[in-house]
Order: sequence, then C-alpha cells, then structure tokens
Amino acid sequence: MIVADKKPIEEIIEYLKDHKNILVLGCNECVTVCEAGGKKEVGVLASALRMYASKEGKEVKIDEMTLERQCDREYLDELRDSIDQYDAVVSLACGVGVQFTAEQYHDKPVYPGVNTCFMGATEERGLWTERCQGCGQCILATTGGICPVARCAKRLFNGPCGGSTTGRCEINTEVDCAWQLIVDRLKALDRLDEYEELCPLKDWSTDRAGGPRKVVREDVQQ
Amino acid sequence: MTTKTPSKLEKILSEGHLAVTSECGPPRGSNPEHIIKKGELIKDHVDAVNITDNQTSMTRLCSLAACIRLKLMGLEPVLQMVTRDRNRIALQSDILGAASFDINNILCLSGDHQSFGDCPQGQNVHDIDSIQLIQAVRHMRDEGKFLGGDELEGRPQMFVGAAANPFADPFEIRVPRLAKKVAAGVEFIQTQCIYNLDKFEEWMKGVRERGLHKKCYILAGLTPMKSVGMAKYMQKRVPGMDVPDEVIKRLQGVDKGKQAQEGVKICIESIQRLKECEGVAGFHVMAIEWEEKVPEIVEAAGLYPRPNGN
Repeated sequence: MIVADKKPIEEIIEYLKDHKNILVLGCNECVTVCEAGGKKEVGVLASALRMYASKEGKEVKIDEMTLERQCDREYLDELRDSIDQYDAVVSLACGVGVQFTAEQYHDKPVYPGVNTCFMGATEERGLWTERCQGCGQCILATTGGICPVARCAKRLFNGPCGGSTTGRCEINTEVDCAWQLIVDRLKALDRLDEYEELCPLKDWSTDRAGGPRKVVREDVQQ
Repeated sequence: MTTKTPSKLEKILSEGHLAVTSECGPPRGSNPEHIIKKGELIKDHVDAVNITDNQTSMTRLCSLAACIRLKLMGLEPVLQMVTRDRNRIALQSDILGAASFDINNILCLSGDHQSFGDCPQGQNVHDIDSIQLIQAVRHMRDEGKFLGGDELEGRPQMFVGAAANPFADPFEIRVPRLAKKVAAGVEFIQTQCIYNLDKFEEWMKGVRERGLHKKCYILAGLTPMKSVGMAKYMQKRVPGMDVPDEVIKRLQGVDKGKQAQEGVKICIESIQRLKECEGVAGFHVMAIEWEEKVPEIVEAAGLYPRPNGN
C-alpha cells in the first residue's frame, strides 16, 4: 500500500487561514490502513481545526467526508453536488488522491493533509516500512525477493557496500542492510552462488528518471 | 603480467615490486596550496597518490582538479570516483576529462552515504554502482565506446581499481564480492584499513583459494592510529571498521605523548607481517591528515627507495 504520515497541524492551519467553509476529505484505502487519512483521522483533524477556530474566535464551518477512494473518478463524483458549499478541501488521501481530487474540481483549492511517504507494508501497528519504489522493471527474481532499489540506501545492484555491519546499514543501526537480507535469503533458497552474477546497468527510463509514467492496457480498455 | 596502460602504478606492480600508494584529501576551499604541500611531503616515498572524492560526503575541492594539480607536479594520481554524486553521463565525462590530463589510474567506489556529510538533505544519484563503474571504465578503455554505444575519439588509458573491505558483513560474501569486481574487470584493489590482521589473512586465504590474487593486484590498506581516542572512534563509530581491543590496549599502554609513535609502530609492524602474506602486492598507506608520517612509515617498513616507474 501507499504509506502516508500525518502532517503537523500547524502546517494545515496555515494553508487554511483564509478559508471559511472547509471539507476534510478522507480516503478509505491505503491511508485508512496506515491510520493517517481514514474516517477516524478525518474526525480527529476536523475536531482539532474546529477547536482552533473557536479559540481564535473565527467562524469556520468544517465538514467531514470519507470516500471509498480518491484515486477513482467514480468515487470523486460523489462530491459533485456538495462541493460548491466549500471554499477549500483538505484531502487526507495520498498525493495521488489530492491531485485527482484537484483535477476533478478545478476551481477548488485542495490542500494535502498528510505527507505521502512510500509504498510499504505494516510490520506491526504503528510501524510501516518501505518495500517498493515503483522503478518499473522488477528485479526481485534475481535478488531473493528483496529489493535493493527500495531497501539499500545506495540502491546498489551488486552490494553490499563496505559499511554493512552485523546486518545493519551504515546510515543507521536501526536499518537492515538490504544486502545482508538478500544474502540470507539466497542462502535459505540454496542459491547463494547467484550472488556472483553481475547485475547489468539498470535502465532507469521506466523509473521517475524517464518522466511521468503511464501504463496503457489496450486489452482491458473498452 | 603485462601492462595495458601508461600507468606508472601498473608498471611497478607488473614488474613484481611491492607498490606503495597513499592518499590525500582535497581542501575544503579553493586554495590549492594544501594539496600541493601534501603532495610534496610524500612524493618521493610513494608510487601513486589517491585523491579522495568528497570523502565522508563532506564537500571539498573536486578530486579531478586535485589530481591535475598533482599531475602537474610530476606525481602519479589515482582519481577516486564515487557513484553517489554523478550519473552515467557525468561519470563518463569526468573519466574523459581526467584521461585528457593523462591521469592513468581510477578507483571506482560507491561512496559514503550523504547523511554523514555536510549536505544530509541532498539527493544521492547511484545511477550505477561501483562494480558497474569498473565495467564502464573497462568498456570505454577496451572497447573504445561510450556506454551508449557510440565510438570514443580517444580512449581513456586508465588502470582500473576498486576498494575491498574484508571486515564488513556478511563476511562469507567478502571473497565472492571481490570475485565480482574481478569479473567486472578490476585490475587493482586497495583494502579498507587493516587492524585485525588475523581476519585479513583469513580473507586472503579465501582470495588465494580462488586465485583472485593472480587476477588483480591487492594493496593492503593501513592507517596509523594517532591516539587512543582515534582508535576508539574508529572501533565504535566507523561502519565496516574492525579495530580489535588489543590495538586499543596497546595504545593505552604507553604515555599519552607517545601514543602517536606507538600507532606508527603498529602500522610498520603490520606492513612487515603482511609483506609475508602471499597475494599482497603492495600497501596503501592512508595517514589521515598526517601525511608527514608517510615517509617515516615507508622507510621503516623497508619499502624505500621506491622503484623508478618511468
């Protein structure tokens, strides 16, 4: 899933300082799972904003709504009849949701309510870690199912570097060395000899480097 | 082994001499006097001098410019190049620029992470890694082509090196990792600073078992300790560094004013011992901001005078 984290409330207050009718808009997908932008967090943020407005003696109307998804026009259309009541939207969806909402309602300011962080997994409640950077050419088949692009601080393809110490990365002893994990996994699969195969230069044109990307699937287009 | 480049370092190694290299960090400013002075201090006692490339990610005068300074003084520079800060366009371009000044040695590295330096908020590049950089230089030199496939007008005549850290984890792939560098085309290796000689010799045994010492020249890396504080810092704070407690105890066993001399003594003894280690083709003496000690170490270790590499 896409993992997001809460933005500092002060930052959100600053965005909203000139607005009087605000919709706090959650998303029922990834940001709900990572407890940053679902219905519950929409309620918490809306309450905090109301308290702030009341403390400041401002009259501000703050409504709450959570869509099934903000990355899908079908669900964003549910806002069509009510959007005119608001002069601003705070979207607690990931960066995709914020942008897609803004694209649908072109004359409405849509502010981000979370920081979108990475594609990752839930290790335990309150701990999410990165697994994928969406480079567009998956090499997990050759690295024991562990991604050096997402998980090595230097995204080394033939690693590990000389800073790997007792399984930890040189940047921080709380970060696993991706190449230690790869070596351990190749060993468990009895494929450690594959470590010695040279990984060729990566084609980054399918990555961010190639510019904004799209996936076109004619087979599923109507 | 026959030589493939005009590198003086390659020539000395190919003639079977134990080579001696050292390294200088460029200044944190544009004044070149600093690097010229360092070069003067060591020029008669080493065969080649590495110029570090923004080591520990602290921004400095660039390695290429400092290499040119040394070259103009008649020294033999080794251009250190990290893949952290440049993509494949910039790497190839700088290789050609260096070659145009007859800089005939390159050390291919990935580089320390930028979080250690003065720009921790900066982006890192890592378009390719150190092993792929070895391949890239060999491709340019031997095939006479850019990575993109176009013909080069003038091939970079570079002797290609890389680092090896026998002390980093996982230990079991440290020999295979050298094998990968050899397969990529590396011609010489300079190792991480060696304080745990037993572990280094164990690694060398693995290297010999695979015959890797016959496919590349291995220069053992040594850094004299200046003090107990430095030894403790390196033991605890420098990732991938293996400083046994005995080294610290030995430094603690002498008066504070004599610790530096004891550190130099340990360094000389290490060289003496490693001269006997089959497969060690030379020594890389990294006296960090202590270049004036290099001549003393080289002389006391019986590595002086240096052969004429011309």
